[in-house]
Amino acid sequence: MSRARYRMVVDPIACDGAGVCAELLPELISLDPWGFPIVHPGEVPRELVGLARRAETSCPRLALTLVRLDDV
Amino acid sequence: MSAPEGPGRLLDRSDPARAVGLDAHLARWGTLPVVAPEALLVAVEQSGLRGRGGAWFPVGTKWRAVAGGRRARPVVVANGPEGEPASGKDRYLLRHTPHLVLDGAAVAARAVGADRVVVHVTAEAVPGIGAALAERSRRAIDACTFEVVVAPDRFLSGQEAAAVATINGKNPGLPTFAGIRSVREQGVGGRPTLVQNVETLAHVALIARYGPQWFRSVGTYDSPGTALVTVTGRWESPRIVEVPLGTTLGGALGLGPDAASGIQGVLLGGYGGGWLPTATALTMPLTEEEARRHGSSIGAGVVVLLPTGICPLAEAARVVRYLEGEGAGQCGPCVNGLDLIATSMELLAHRPGSLRGGVAALPTLCGLVEGRGACRHPDGVARFVRTTLDIFADHATAHLRRGPCRTTPPFLALPAGTGSVASVAVRPGAVGTRSR
Repeated sequence: MSRARYRMVVDPIACDGAGVCAELLPELISLDPWGFPIVHPGEVPRELVGLARRAETSCPRLALTLVRLDDV
Repeated sequence: MSAPEGPGRLLDRSDPARAVGLDAHLARWGTLPVVAPEALLVAVEQSGLRGRGGAWFPVGTKWRAVAGGRRARPVVVANGPEGEPASGKDRYLLRHTPHLVLDGAAVAARAVGADRVVVHVTAEAVPGIGAALAERSRRAIDACTFEVVVAPDRFLSGQEAAAVATINGKNPGLPTFAGIRSVREQGVGGRPTLVQNVETLAHVALIARYGPQWFRSVGTYDSPGTALVTVTGRWESPRIVEVPLGTTLGGALGLGPDAASGIQGVLLGGYGGGWLPTATALTMPLTEEEARRHGSSIGAGVVVLLPTGICPLAEAARVVRYLEGEGAGQCGPCVNGLDLIATSMELLAHRPGSLRGGVAALPTLCGLVEGRGACRHPDGVARFVRTTLDIFADHATAHLRRGPCRTTPPFLALPAGTGSVASVAVRPGAVGTRSR
């Protein structure tokens, strides 16, 4: 069931640089000099999927999406 | 009709200012053979044709993806806004041989199962396309319907998602985020959409008639066929030349080693492309693989020969500021980053002493915008800047040591209003064909 593999995608048009994601998941998300997220490009490690899920739902602009790797 | 021999395929010797009407078109090329959709898909796949709008994406792969959807009927977009200021080849095709483009669109529609084609062009091309469509409709030669949608006169208008946005009437000319779902799945009217450059479609019109083997009889395995390039910088008017891929630009343009000494560098691929050393640009086999190996791209076929005596950094700064202004203004990294990059380039060009961190600061800034936009605009700007600093490294060093060059009149083509140079207009007589 929870075998699914994920990566994170930011919709850069929707994102307004609130920075919530980087606070929740500094392991995978840093901020550029203007406060916009730089997301680790690879697979989300399994132990971080829960936190990534939280970052996804906490984004005030819903700009962060966990995408299943086999979907893309 | 016999297949055209030699490299001259899309260009002919008739008056480039006048359109080839339907009768002359059919007399030259014959009617389109009626072929089953699957056979058309296979022919285009086997031809190895790659998109001529800039990305050089394999056309067969794209068609297969659009045709394979199980959802609504697809839509085909014949895409020709040609936002690159130094490009003129798409306007040439639309004005001079509209039926080749429309044939290709009809073939694409049949192949992917579309019944609707949208011709997406700027206002200047509308009367010519309208006349060509009227000719076709009188003869009832097409199974699909055609409509024309006017593109805004902007750099990004032809970007795939921006074209779809314009056609859908929602945020015209602005790219959307395709990271999760591309227009191939959900585009015009929510339907699977095939967006294909008009030159690509003109090649398709000939592949449908003469087959993939004929198409591959010119070019290399990975870059088969010919490509139209728009060449500026050396002659009074831009020249449109058809180059057999895998041959050299120097050969196609008749520029030998002696001519190279008057050229500082060659911009290949347009303002989202990259500078090459003159000798490399003129003598390498012109293929997309080779261009990328040198950090550039053929892109939409723009070639600018920059003569000596013009400050390349001042010219690059003008272009980068233009590109910054042409951004859609939607993505944070692009909005902030391009402005900072443009300012840094302006400092390097005109007040090099004030450039904090020196030239090294620029590649770092480029790294902050690459891959971070909804579209590839920031990546193109970054490539332009990186190759400028690379090819004109000595010039940049001279600026930092001895100060800026004296001011010269603007040289690189920018649309009127963004600089002091009028936009490129390809004049009749400026079109050159490669002799057989």
